[in-house]
Amino acid sequence: MTTDGRILPLHMRDACFRAGGRTIIDRISVEISAGPSSIILGANGAGKSVLMRLMHGLLVPTSGEVGWTETDPDKRRRQQAMVFQRPVLLRRSALANVTYALKVARVPRREREHLAVDALESVGLLHLAHRPARVLSGGEQQRLALARAWALHPEVLFLDEPTASLDPSATREIERVIRAFDAAGTKIVMATHNLGQARRLGDEVLFVHLGRLVERAAVDEFFSSPASPEAAAFIKGELPWT
Amino acid sequence: MDIAFRILFSLLFCATAHAQQTYITVASTTSTEQSGLFKHLLPIFEKKTGIQVRVVALGTGQALDMGRRGDADVVFVHARPLEEKFVAEGFGIRRYDVMYNDFVLIGPKADAAKVAGGKDAADAFRRIKSAQAPFVSRGDRSGTHFAELEIWKAAGIDIAKDKGTWYRDTGQGMGPALNSAAGMNAYILADRGTWLSFKNRADLTILLEGDKRLFNQYGIILVNPAKRPSVKKADGQAFIDWVISPEGQKAIAEYRIGGEQLFFPNAKR
Amino acid sequence: MSALWEAAHGALGLILAGDPALRGIVLLSLGVSLSAVVCATLLGLPLGAAIAVGRFPGRRAVVVLLNALMGLPPVVVGLFVYLMLSRAGPLGALGILFTPGAMVLAQTILVLPIIAALCRQAVEDAWIEYEEQLRSLGARGPGAALTLVWDIRFSLLTAILAGLGRASAEVGAVMIVGGNIDGVTRVMTTTIALETSKGDLPLALSLGIVLIGLVLALNAAAFYVKDAAQRRYG
Repeated sequence: MTTDGRILPLHMRDACFRAGGRTIIDRISVEISAGPSSIILGANGAGKSVLMRLMHGLLVPTSGEVGWTETDPDKRRRQQAMVFQRPVLLRRSALANVTYALKVARVPRREREHLAVDALESVGLLHLAHRPARVLSGGEQQRLALARAWALHPEVLFLDEPTASLDPSATREIERVIRAFDAAGTKIVMATHNLGQARRLGDEVLFVHLGRLVERAAVDEFFSSPASPEAAAFIKGELPWT
Repeated sequence: MDIAFRILFSLLFCATAHAQQTYITVASTTSTEQSGLFKHLLPIFEKKTGIQVRVVALGTGQALDMGRRGDADVVFVHARPLEEKFVAEGFGIRRYDVMYNDFVLIGPKADAAKVAGGKDAADAFRRIKSAQAPFVSRGDRSGTHFAELEIWKAAGIDIAKDKGTWYRDTGQGMGPALNSAAGMNAYILADRGTWLSFKNRADLTILLEGDKRLFNQYGIILVNPAKRPSVKKADGQAFIDWVISPEGQKAIAEYRIGGEQLFFPNAKR
Repeated sequence: MSALWEAAHGALGLILAGDPALRGIVLLSLGVSLSAVVCATLLGLPLGAAIAVGRFPGRRAVVVLLNALMGLPPVVVGLFVYLMLSRAGPLGALGILFTPGAMVLAQTILVLPIIAALCRQAVEDAWIEYEEQLRSLGARGPGAALTLVWDIRFSLLTAILAGLGRASAEVGAVMIVGGNIDGVTRVMTTTIALETSKGDLPLALSLGIVLIGLVLALNAAAFYVKDAAQRRYG
């Protein structure tokens, strides 16, 4: 049962994900609701990426369940978008990459162009609209991926370590865009291992360690007084490699 | 990209537009085609009637099979018993004599079997067998192959049983078989026409000719439309009528290679 | 060695002489092989992409079969098509035996597995890179596969050129279904076979060099186009 197409909140109950004989996600139960931007924080290999893919529906849990308020799978997908660590762009112009996403979402042809233009403008790429996407710089490509995700005005925007491959100035640009989307009302769910970024962008932190959700707190509280020893060790930079 | 497609489709179009012109399909033999006779003969007929003649060249056996399947309108081959069988089976309406040429026994100048200058083909074959000299057979159910087998029979040799490694059954057309013979320095029975236009002679030459057994008669038959409705009866018959007409027969006689006449018209009217 | 040199010389002479009969044979060869490649591409790219992206029982067997069909003997294909198109055969009423149409059909059958199998491999490899993003956007199944095919089009060009090589080089299929009819279905390869069987080896060799030169020119043109486009689209 939904009202005006909202899909949040997202429920995960005892979700597990096993692959190659290993348990990557070990019984995570969580509810993600609209509002505060959620940072999924953890060391490399903690399971952040797999957790995001379980939420977004790219992976199916081995056991347990992942559910949204909206049951219709098409409506569900329409209200979510994901930006990956490395952007995968088509061999077309920047503008064409965005209109492609709109076409897949079955937006009528006459609306596609101006929605795409708006999206490019919001990330500051309008001047490169007709440049082939693959010749753009790393930062520009990631901004394009964001524009593509944003063009549909999704309810939830997943970001999997979006700045991990970028230099500091490109990172700043991306963070600026994310903050703007957050301010416009989009629910941000972002995975990162970068403490500074988590503080800058997040409202709450979900700390993941060895496939378990170890701690969840508001961002200030998490960094000033972490409740779990693993979180404390991670913040101090002492968490051993998993 | 776009231009390339356009060129492509117009080429295809031309290829099919070509097909709009009236044509008949004639199944004939490789030796006849390779002699160059058709290049000389067909333009004359085409100019006169506007009917294009498309010749598919195979061995006599295959050509007759093509007629049986209805893939040809007319068959023009040179193996009289096989042709008469074709008509008897009902696949052909009537057989007409067209022309004749002869076979020649080709062999290496060294002539190990000593057949040169003789007048008896069967005797020559006997000598080749005793000398175990390499002999190339077409082995492909062609008119030439058929003639060769008849000569072995006349020589009293059951070649299927008595052949040795000296007998090379290649299963090839006249040209390729001559190539093989040139390469192996072997004896071979060939029709004069192909031999005259054959360029890769190596060490080979004509060693024996003139024996009546080497007489090679050509026949032409319309495929029976009653059995194969797709046959172009009127146009096919027009071709046959022309070939056996004085005009067609004259054109055949006029065909020469190096001044030498290849085919001798002998149609009866 | 000198035979090759003479043949190369002869080839140049043939090209410069501009004999209309030779021109007709060359155009027909190009027309037949290019048409076959176009048909095989239109059928083979979606087929290869579908197998690459699809998940269905027996998929691995299909992949093995498709790879094996790349080695279809041309003469066997020719024989099969001949029996189909013969008046005595099931498709005889079409009346296309011994026409260029039959040759295009036979060569399409020959080339289709090559293009499909190589496309399958390329798409499967690319799918690893693209899958998550395309699925995240909501692209699925056939739509995603075709998007991918268009995106990797420059790599697929090699598959298409492989098909073109096979079509322009083969003689077995076009000989049987075309009949090597002078002025109608005689192409370069069947002409070379004919001249060889007539014993005119120098001419055959010269024609062979012309044929190789033709295919080389086509490949060079394709490479140039691909290079320019790649630089444009990245």
